[in-house]
Amino acid sequence: MRISELFKKGEMVITAEVGPPKGCHPEHLIHEADEFLKDVTAINVTDSQSSKMRMGSLATCKGLKDAGHEAIFQLTCRDRNRIALQADLLSAAYFGIENLLLLTGDHPSVGDNPQAKPVFDLDSVSLLHAVGELEKGVDLGGNELEGAPPKFCKGAVVSACSDSVDVQLAKMEQKVKAGAEYFQTQAVYDSEKFIKFMERAKQFGVPVMLGLIIPKNAGMVNYMSKNVPGISVPEAIVDELKADKEKTSSGATGVEITARIIKECKDYCQGIHIMALGWEKFVPDVLKMAGLKA
Amino acid sequence: MLITVLKSKEDIECVAKGKTICVTCEGCKEVHFPEVEAIELVKELNPTGNVITEYVCNPDNLKVQLAKHMDKLNAADTVLVFSCGVGVQTVSDNFRDKKVYAACDTYPLPGGQGVTPLEFDCEQCGECYLNGTGGICPITACSKSLVNGQCGGCKDGKCEVDKEMDCGWERIYKRLEKLGLLDEMRYPAKLRNFNLMYEESK
Repeated sequence: MRISELFKKGEMVITAEVGPPKGCHPEHLIHEADEFLKDVTAINVTDSQSSKMRMGSLATCKGLKDAGHEAIFQLTCRDRNRIALQADLLSAAYFGIENLLLLTGDHPSVGDNPQAKPVFDLDSVSLLHAVGELEKGVDLGGNELEGAPPKFCKGAVVSACSDSVDVQLAKMEQKVKAGAEYFQTQAVYDSEKFIKFMERAKQFGVPVMLGLIIPKNAGMVNYMSKNVPGISVPEAIVDELKADKEKTSSGATGVEITARIIKECKDYCQGIHIMALGWEKFVPDVLKMAGLKA
Repeated sequence: MLITVLKSKEDIECVAKGKTICVTCEGCKEVHFPEVEAIELVKELNPTGNVITEYVCNPDNLKVQLAKHMDKLNAADTVLVFSCGVGVQTVSDNFRDKKVYAACDTYPLPGGQGVTPLEFDCEQCGECYLNGTGGICPITACSKSLVNGQCGGCKDGKCEVDKEMDCGWERIYKRLEKLGLLDEMRYPAKLRNFNLMYEESK
C-alpha cells in the first residue's frame, strides 16, 4: 500500500524509523517491530544512517514486509551511482516495497568508514526525478523498461527548524517539482518554529510528516542541538530533562515531551514520524499520550 | 591541463543581457583557449567594452587589470567572462553585486596543471554551472558537488564535512538573493553528465 493513498484520504499517517543491525541478523529488529510498532502505518528503514555501515535497507524492508509490516525504503545517493540506484529501485518494486524516502545522504567522512569514496552521482532531487522516469517506463539513459513500470510513493526530507530555513524551502520546492509526494522533517523540538515553517511550506500542497526523536536525556539533546544540522532544542526542554533524572532515565519525560510536541503541532501537519533510536518500546506510549491511538 | 570551449551562441545570448562588458583571458595558452572564435563572438555581441588580460584566475593581477576599466565595469549590468571556470569565479568574487556569467565550458586534458594555488577550483566538468549559481561553483564549493541545492548537512552556514568550511549552497543562495536571481534556482532537476569529462579530452 502506498502511503500517498492515505494522505489523499486525509488520514494522519504515523510512521516509525528503525536502523538495520551492524550484522546480518535482523530478527531482533523484526521482533521489536512485531511487539511495539503494530499501530504505525509503516516502518521506515534507514540506509546506513550517519554513514555508518550496516545491513542494507532494502533487505531489511523485505524482512519487515514478510513479517506483515508496511515498509518504507530509505535510499541515499551516498554509496550508489545512478545505475545501482535504479537497479535497487526495480528490486524494491519486485519485493512489493512501494514506499520510498529519497535522500542525498550524509558525507562518508562523518561515518565509520571515512575512507570510502563519496558517490553523489545523483542527489535527492535528481533521484526523485529518476524514480519518476522509472514510473514512466524509462531509465535515466532513456532506455525503455520491460513490462509494466513500477509505481511508488515518493518521499523526501526537509529540515523544518534549520537555521537556513529559506535555503531549505528553496530545496523543498525543487523536490516538489521533481515529484515528492510527502515530506518527513528532521527532528522537531520547537513547536513554534515548526508551525512557522508549515505556514510557509503549505504553499506547496504536499503532506508533511512531523519528525520526532524521543529525547533520552539532557546530554543527548544538547549534543544534537550543538552538532546535528537542522536540530535546535529550546532551553526549557533541556531543563525538563534535567529536573527529575530518575523519571528521565525511565523514559517518562521523553515520552511526555514527544507527546506534547505532537499535540501542539498535529493540526499543522499531515503525519507523524517517530525516530525512536532504540526506544521503540516507548512508541505506543507516545501515541497513546498524544491521543493518536487508544 | 584543460581545454575551454565556447558555450553555444544561444546560451551566451540568454545571459548577456543589458549593458554587457566582456572580460577575455589570454593567459595560459596551453588551455587551447578559442581565441579567434571568442573575438568573433564578442564583436557580434557588441558589448560596452572588452577587457583583455592575462591570467584572469590570478586575483592580484585581475584587480590591477580591472582597475583600468572600472568606469565601464561599474556601469555594466552583466560581466561575461571568456576563461576557464577558475577565471569566472575570480571575476565573480570581485563583483559580488553584479551578474557574472561564463561564456565557456571547461574540460579536462591529461597533463600537468598550473602552479599557482588559488582559492577557487574548477573540476573541468564540461558543463559549466556558474551561470545558474551566481558565479559560485557548486561542484567545487559543495563537499558533495551537489547541483540541485543545499543538503540537510548545513549548520550555522557551515558544512557537515568541515566546520570551518562555508556551505557552498548557502553562499549560492545568498548571492542569488542579493542579485535578485533566486528564480534561477527554480529549474527542473539537473543531472550531471560525467561522460563529458571523458568525451572532449579524447
